[in-house]
Amino acid sequence: MLRIPCPFCGERDHAEFSYGGDARVQRPALDDRSEERWYRYVFLRDNPRGPHREFWQHVGGCRAWLVVERDTGNHEILDVRFAADAMKEAQCE
Amino acid sequence: MSEQRARLARGGRIDRSRICTFTFDGRTYTGCAGDTVASALLANGVHLVGRSFKLHRPRGIVGAGVDEPNALLTLRGGGRTEPNIQATMAELYDGLSAVSQNRWPSLALDALSINGLFSRFMPAGFYYKTFMGPTRGAWMWFEPAIRRAAGLGKAARERDPDRYEREHAFCDVLVVGAGPAGIAAALAAGRAGSRVLLLEQMATAGGALLDERTDSHAERWRSEHLAELEALDNVTLMTRTTVFGVYDGGVTGALERVHDHEPEPPRGQPRQRLWTVRAARTVFAAGSTERPLLFGDNDCPGVMLASAARRYLNHFGVLPGRRVVVHANNDSAYAAAGELRRAGAEVTVVDRREQPAPDVGAALRADSIELISGARVERAHGRHRVRAVTVADARGTRRLDCDLVCVAGGWSPNVHLASHLGHRPVYDARVGAFVPDTLPEGQFAVGTMTGELDDAGAVAVGWRAGLAAAGQTDDERAPAPPATAAASGWVHAHGNGEAPRGGPGKTFVDLQNDVTDRDVALAFREGYRSVEHLKRYTTLGMGTDQGRTSNINGLELMAGLRGQSIPETGTTTFRPPFTPVALGALVGRRTGRHFRPERRTPMHDCHRERGAEFVRAGQWLRPRYYPEHGADVDTAYVAEMRAVREAVGMVDVSTLGKIDVQGPDAPEFLNRVYANGWLKLAVGKARYGAMLRDDGLVFDDGTTSRLAEHRYFMTTTTAEAGPVMSWLEFLLDTAWPDLRVHVTSVSDQWAGVAVAGSSGGHVLAAALDGVDTSDDTLPPMGVRDATTDDGLPVRILRVSFSGERAYEVYTPAGYGAHLWERLMAAGQPHGIEPYGTEALGGLRIEKGHPAGPELDGRTTLDDLGLGRMARPNKPFVGDVLRHRPALESEDRRRLVGLQPVEPGARLRAGALVFPDGAPVEGHGIGHVTSVTWSPTLGHYVALALVAGGPAREGEIVAAASPVHGEHVRVQVVPGVFLDPEGERIHA
Repeated sequence: MLRIPCPFCGERDHAEFSYGGDARVQRPALDDRSEERWYRYVFLRDNPRGPHREFWQHVGGCRAWLVVERDTGNHEILDVRFAADAMKEAQCE
Repeated sequence: MSEQRARLARGGRIDRSRICTFTFDGRTYTGCAGDTVASALLANGVHLVGRSFKLHRPRGIVGAGVDEPNALLTLRGGGRTEPNIQATMAELYDGLSAVSQNRWPSLALDALSINGLFSRFMPAGFYYKTFMGPTRGAWMWFEPAIRRAAGLGKAARERDPDRYEREHAFCDVLVVGAGPAGIAAALAAGRAGSRVLLLEQMATAGGALLDERTDSHAERWRSEHLAELEALDNVTLMTRTTVFGVYDGGVTGALERVHDHEPEPPRGQPRQRLWTVRAARTVFAAGSTERPLLFGDNDCPGVMLASAARRYLNHFGVLPGRRVVVHANNDSAYAAAGELRRAGAEVTVVDRREQPAPDVGAALRADSIELISGARVERAHGRHRVRAVTVADARGTRRLDCDLVCVAGGWSPNVHLASHLGHRPVYDARVGAFVPDTLPEGQFAVGTMTGELDDAGAVAVGWRAGLAAAGQTDDERAPAPPATAAASGWVHAHGNGEAPRGGPGKTFVDLQNDVTDRDVALAFREGYRSVEHLKRYTTLGMGTDQGRTSNINGLELMAGLRGQSIPETGTTTFRPPFTPVALGALVGRRTGRHFRPERRTPMHDCHRERGAEFVRAGQWLRPRYYPEHGADVDTAYVAEMRAVREAVGMVDVSTLGKIDVQGPDAPEFLNRVYANGWLKLAVGKARYGAMLRDDGLVFDDGTTSRLAEHRYFMTTTTAEAGPVMSWLEFLLDTAWPDLRVHVTSVSDQWAGVAVAGSSGGHVLAAALDGVDTSDDTLPPMGVRDATTDDGLPVRILRVSFSGERAYEVYTPAGYGAHLWERLMAAGQPHGIEPYGTEALGGLRIEKGHPAGPELDGRTTLDDLGLGRMARPNKPFVGDVLRHRPALESEDRRRLVGLQPVEPGARLRAGALVFPDGAPVEGHGIGHVTSVTWSPTLGHYVALALVAGGPAREGEIVAAASPVHGEHVRVQVVPGVFLDPEGERIHA
């Protein structure tokens, strides 16, 4: 039932998108050999009620991966950005 | 055929000139166009229409709309059979057939009504108490009998021949319900220029106005305002459309009964249509439902809501009874009393109040209607139709003969939709009912569903909400109210609930689920006192009518027992759907072949012309085998394998995933996503690669070729083409945005044919004039793009899945069929044969190549014997977690080959592996993943994942398939059955 405003294609039905999981978890660097950090990244998730950051891909559109901020309590979409941009900024912070 | 003896000579909105003939339980009746099945039955004097859910008690028509708890019928026949349809919602058409439910052998003589006699043994909680705990096993024995005895109608077993559709609608303002308040809201928003969608569940717009006489001011108001709405281009009114759910994001689900009122939909038209409506703002004007009053045997046919009686009288022109007792606790029933009297019925009003309003008393006297105030109906008498009631007051009891009892216990606002998003309704003592709480922004509730008492208020509030929803402030042109007969103070229903009665007869709170006041009391005594527990223990309000006529009465009973107020006792949560939605409507056109897309390769027609048997591989249709090669699949695929091993064969591999990888960092990118190394792959060379998931398990495999310095052509398995593409995009967008790489799916752009067999090279040379396919240019793992002399572009990879000398030849999809035919023709002198997925699988099993059944998302590189591929000194996806101890344990199930000890024995994929001589119990020590007959070896060979893996080589184990009753002794052998040195690819 969601409508996601894709930054490239405009607002579209969520049927065009596929869900890609939690966008708040920090992916370890490729050469990070810590099993603990990879384990946490792959398996441990919070299940928050309220605003949440998650990955969606616009598979039926421009195919961009997006970071969508969504309120899990009422499905309100608070923010949508290209994942590539969001990740670059996160690295700068 | 009987005449419509209860039909009035005039009045109502039905068309007396259009007679509809219909059958009910095999008997033929007539009705009029505009009737519902309920009104037509009543017009024929038929009150007994069903048997109750649990106790098989005779039941009649109670309501006139979606509130109806009793009159559930099975309509139509064959594949169109639809059970549990409310007779009050089913519109009549000529030729309609309806049957009653839950009775045997007939409605009038029901053998199982004996349940009614034994009902003291089937109280609330009967099933829980009897069939839980130590006696649980008994349920197995009793369930079929109980299910036969208790229940609703039966669904058809045939396929529904009708079509259902799903559609989306968008509007600025959605108005739910076309009663006076909804019409006012739609008009206000419509005049303000908004795109308005007005949805009405009944066939005729008007809501409660339809209860009014057709010569009334209310009717003029209705037709004038509807005409204005119709004249507005920006307003759409849809009748026969029920809003069943309200969801987040301004989404509303509605079901349009497009052609339910006709025998069958016209050609190409849907029977029903499911709407997903997206509205910027929503105005709920859902109206209210009258509550029954409770008394002994109040389920007797002929006991009806007073508002329903008015609807039958004024809308359908049916006089539902000639001797009427109107039992009320408020003023709203008095209009019904007067109108029934004027239509020719004898009417007595029994009012629970000591002092009804003085003006209504005077009106009753003018109509010569007897008023008994301060009295209550104690019990109804009659079996298949009410014959009399016992009335009690301070002086004693008396018996009144009657054939209709109209009950008026006050009104319950239809708060359901306004609370679907989790906003619990609140109790409004002013109107004695639950009303919507403050709604979120963009939602409005108007009309009687808010407890608004009169038409003037309903219209004014509706108008203001319509304006607000359209983003306008006040507007002077509000319509005058319709001034209905019911306008004066019809909501005031207190003291309806009371302690459960003693004495004879049963008092039903929930008619559909056969829940009595004693059941509520029992729930209270046993501690099920919260409303949610009461509901689940007694099933009160859990029927298809969602307890529209029963919830508040049940709640009042429980509040009384707990000595609390109603708001303290609480109300249950309302969830979608408001009314039942057929699965067909939810599914829409996604049935059968349309359940998911069917993908065909560019060479599909070539395969079809050869008579190929197709198999579904995901969305793809692929040739499984070509019947020209054998009488059945087993002989055909073996013949196809033999052709490849002994001469040459070709197979359509267009379904493989194909990804164009470009950019200066492409080598580094591949080096990261694949477990093996890619930096040293030369231009013009292909390499087999395996990629892992982050958790260290194998994700997919395929060959990737380097076409140029910065350009690669990746192939994936058919199954994982989509997921691999998304995964690569994910890594580039989120993990490594700094890598200068682009990936593009070209799966649909390239058709592919694999030519395999010792004479494959000759076939290629003959088919592709001008393209150098010599071993020097195209050695094993060689790749090149080329164009034939006549301009056919091809990309050739010398890679082998079968173990033979083999080439994958790709060409732009539009040339796929041409390439196929060309290779086929060129191969004729060499005895080329096409082969399907069975032979494709058989050939790779002989060579021990893992595929889908082995890459099952649970296997590691080591499990598959591919551990040596992983490069130790470079980081790649999945490398860290693949070293988790459990994934490196010695007793993991690893890939091995199996061959039968008795050469003739058959092996089965999916068989479990057990130690030799061990009993077939549990999950064994492994399982067989892939099986084929090997024409070269002359026996079955299998791949299997077995604990310990290659360490067991030489051991005898058993492959057991209990479902086939098979148990075969097999020997564990290396997974490569044929040509382990790989010499044949040079042949």
